[in-house]
Amino acid sequence: MVSARAVAETVTDPELPMLTLADLGVLRDVAETSDGVVVTITPTYTGCPAMDAMRADLYSALHQAGFDSVDVRTVLSPAWTTDWITPSGRDKLASAGIAPPSSAPRGNGLIPLTLTAPPKRVACPQCGSLDTELLSEFSATACKALRRCQACDEPFEHVKEI
Amino acid sequence: MSFDNAYEALTEDNDARWAFGTGFADPLAGLDTTVPSGLDAAELARSCLWLGDDALIMSHRLQEWVAAAPELEDEVALANIGLDLLGQARLLLARAAKADPSIVPSVAQSDEDALAFFRDAADFHNVRLVELEGGDFAVSMARLLVFSTWRLALLQRLVDSPDQVLAAIAAKGIKELTYHRDYAARWVVRLGDGTELSHERMQAGIDAVWPYVDELFDDDASLREEFDAVIAQVMTAGTLKQPPVRPAAQTRYLEPLLAEMQSVARAHPDATW
Repeated sequence: MVSARAVAETVTDPELPMLTLADLGVLRDVAETSDGVVVTITPTYTGCPAMDAMRADLYSALHQAGFDSVDVRTVLSPAWTTDWITPSGRDKLASAGIAPPSSAPRGNGLIPLTLTAPPKRVACPQCGSLDTELLSEFSATACKALRRCQACDEPFEHVKEI
Repeated sequence: MSFDNAYEALTEDNDARWAFGTGFADPLAGLDTTVPSGLDAAELARSCLWLGDDALIMSHRLQEWVAAAPELEDEVALANIGLDLLGQARLLLARAAKADPSIVPSVAQSDEDALAFFRDAADFHNVRLVELEGGDFAVSMARLLVFSTWRLALLQRLVDSPDQVLAAIAAKGIKELTYHRDYAARWVVRLGDGTELSHERMQAGIDAVWPYVDELFDDDASLREEFDAVIAQVMTAGTLKQPPVRPAAQTRYLEPLLAEMQSVARAHPDATW
């Protein structure tokens, strides 16, 4: 029988279906105990409506694989960061036309206001040019920003650092 | 549940859409919500309820821009910011209910729905800033700047809360609020330092929300220094003037807002979809 972890690792994100929850860094732990399987996940953004779908998909995948007793738990701390997206997850995003995030900002103490979006070297996932501009830090899902490539004129999404 | 196209997603039977009546799982499922010893559970519940009410009402006001924003990008931005705050509200209301179940109206709904949809205006504890009617885009940007600057400072304090749940909600919220504050500040600067007309309207927006600023610091005046520093930076960059302090009118805008927000839940308490 395959391990519960192997099954849980195949479940994909409802909004970024090219990524598994493991690629996204949302799957924090899978433990097989005498009472059943305990899966721990963490939300990307607090308002992310995909959490319920993730839970349902994990239950269903594990039940189908023969694990009858499954408990999906939420953990909020430490807060999810895009740094947890795996290298393979980053490759899959880029192949799907979504620019992967660079390193998330770190720091303690007062958070500086940034009146001008800091220049970022985000490569266009279509043509590879680094000549891209930010259109909006908010896009079709909570986790993405909208950019445009100045070289090929194509708009594209970018998983923003958090 | 992954779909090849959006239409397939719309016709799927057993889904969980985000609206009243969808039977969501407890957003705190699996978290240890025991109130740490030495902490007053009723006081913790009150803090979470107040923070949750601010987020819920502000989220509703932001949602009013959906289908009415000047550009699609801004509509998406305002909807996203509203969604982040709605997420914070869900967690905070659920946390408040777990800490002190006596605050939850006795209706057959989840704790968060009962608190959001079955309390009357008098039982909400939000600051009046978030109730204000949207006004034009400049008023909304001024309000969002003031709100997110204050809330970001507040949440930065709360990461040290002895309650692990509240501390974790605050830590996640900080990352979101940082984007919200930058978004609002950039618009305030762009409009303030724009044309004569945009400057005039942005200044009017700041003037409209300013009477509601003092109330934000009633509970914790120590947040004021950080707030003032950030606002001063934005005012300077936007060539805007910080208005003198004026007392706010006592008008309440909450009743009509709740009448709309709660109407479906109250008319059809057993609705599912």
